[in-house]
Amino acid sequence: MRSGGVTRVDVRYEAPETLQAAVALLASAGEPAKILAGGTDVIVQMETDLIEPALLVDIKKIPELRQIVAENGGFRIGAAVPGLTIMDHAALAKTWPGVLDGVKLIGSIQVRGRASIGGNLCNGSPAADSVPPLIAAGAIARIIGSKGTREVPVEKIPTAPGKTSLAKDEIIASFFLPPRAPHSGDAYQRFTPRTEMDIAVVGVGINLTLDSSGTCTAARVVLGAVAPTVLLSKECADALIGTKVDAAALDKLAAAASAACRPIDDKRGTKEYRIKIAGVLAKRTAQQALEVARKN
Amino acid sequence: MTDKTDIILIINGRAHAISVEPRKTLVDAIRDDCGQTGTHIGCEHGICGTCTIILDGDAVRSCLMFAVQADGRHIRTVEGLADGETLHPLQQAFITHHGLQCGFCTPGFLMLAVNALEHNPNIGDDELLDVLASNLCRCTGYQNIIKAVRAARDEMRGAKAT
Repeated sequence: MRSGGVTRVDVRYEAPETLQAAVALLASAGEPAKILAGGTDVIVQMETDLIEPALLVDIKKIPELRQIVAENGGFRIGAAVPGLTIMDHAALAKTWPGVLDGVKLIGSIQVRGRASIGGNLCNGSPAADSVPPLIAAGAIARIIGSKGTREVPVEKIPTAPGKTSLAKDEIIASFFLPPRAPHSGDAYQRFTPRTEMDIAVVGVGINLTLDSSGTCTAARVVLGAVAPTVLLSKECADALIGTKVDAAALDKLAAAASAACRPIDDKRGTKEYRIKIAGVLAKRTAQQALEVARKN
Repeated sequence: MTDKTDIILIINGRAHAISVEPRKTLVDAIRDDCGQTGTHIGCEHGICGTCTIILDGDAVRSCLMFAVQADGRHIRTVEGLADGETLHPLQQAFITHHGLQCGFCTPGFLMLAVNALEHNPNIGDDELLDVLASNLCRCTGYQNIIKAVRAARDEMRGAKAT
């Protein structure tokens, strides 16, 4: 992995303390620039010569990107807040256990001490663990650029492996998790060969709401690692909405999840395997979300 | 050449004023510029945990940070564990329970486990397994590392109670 005598592109490092300054740096950069949050993907990609940015804009010194605040009955999480800080937030853990389960699965403890959900999303991996539960939660990203501010649902951000819909001068500042209706619950499960430090073969995030009789009135089902981007599946949600999330509904969900997959073969699993596991995992995740919803 | 940046790394309480290129990783700066070679470099891409240090109270992989990002911050490495000639209880436990063979991964395991025990002195056996799964060892098969950390936890807890 060490480069030895290889000459690398010189890199300029800037750590602005305001979003405006960070956006201005990106907008005026003539050279390839990269935003640095936790750095747990960017630094690895630089060390392995996958990317050669000439400008690094470290956004970890911008206060509003480093805080979690209650807002209009929901939560706003700064895009550069480290995973460990999110996991330690008691109110978030109670309201959005599925989002926290996704965060808990990113890398290892030492990685979560640095890595952020903004970085997990912008790295553009279809297997990113925090992304399915964020999309299932209906999280809205606040994006700041030189042309102003946009509020964008998280599912609109990844466009292809390693690619996002952000412009060159845009930064995700924060994510808004909306207020919860009563009897709502979310969950995230992933399947990996190894329990730690592994990448999802399949990940499933589900967020659902029940009425007082236990019938599912709203659901969002998100599949990770089974397509070029994380998938929000309407067909999967439709399998749950209007049901009591009983065995028949779970079978329909499993079939819809398997049908939605467009996976690749890789060393972690074949296409056929991923398609099968997606169905199984969707069922288990729905059952977990259901348990949470019944308690709320 | 990129201009070098002057930074200060406070390692085990001692300030090291150094000048580094922006893309130099923290682990390289700790070893090459500060001469603290107790922290080892393994995979260099955030998988093995051998380079684990404690940065302002959090265990981090020092290959996944640039040195400039640690400017002015407090770093603890394996060199800071012993008190003079007296080993830290965890170091002693690694010896007693044969928690190392070649020793290459040991500094990372020690810093990872020390941080976990300091954060939660009553950490349970299962939770400890989750923590220790963050790092790789190619010799011990992990069992003796687990035994050593559990023993150190019990000893450190006992010491606090008395």
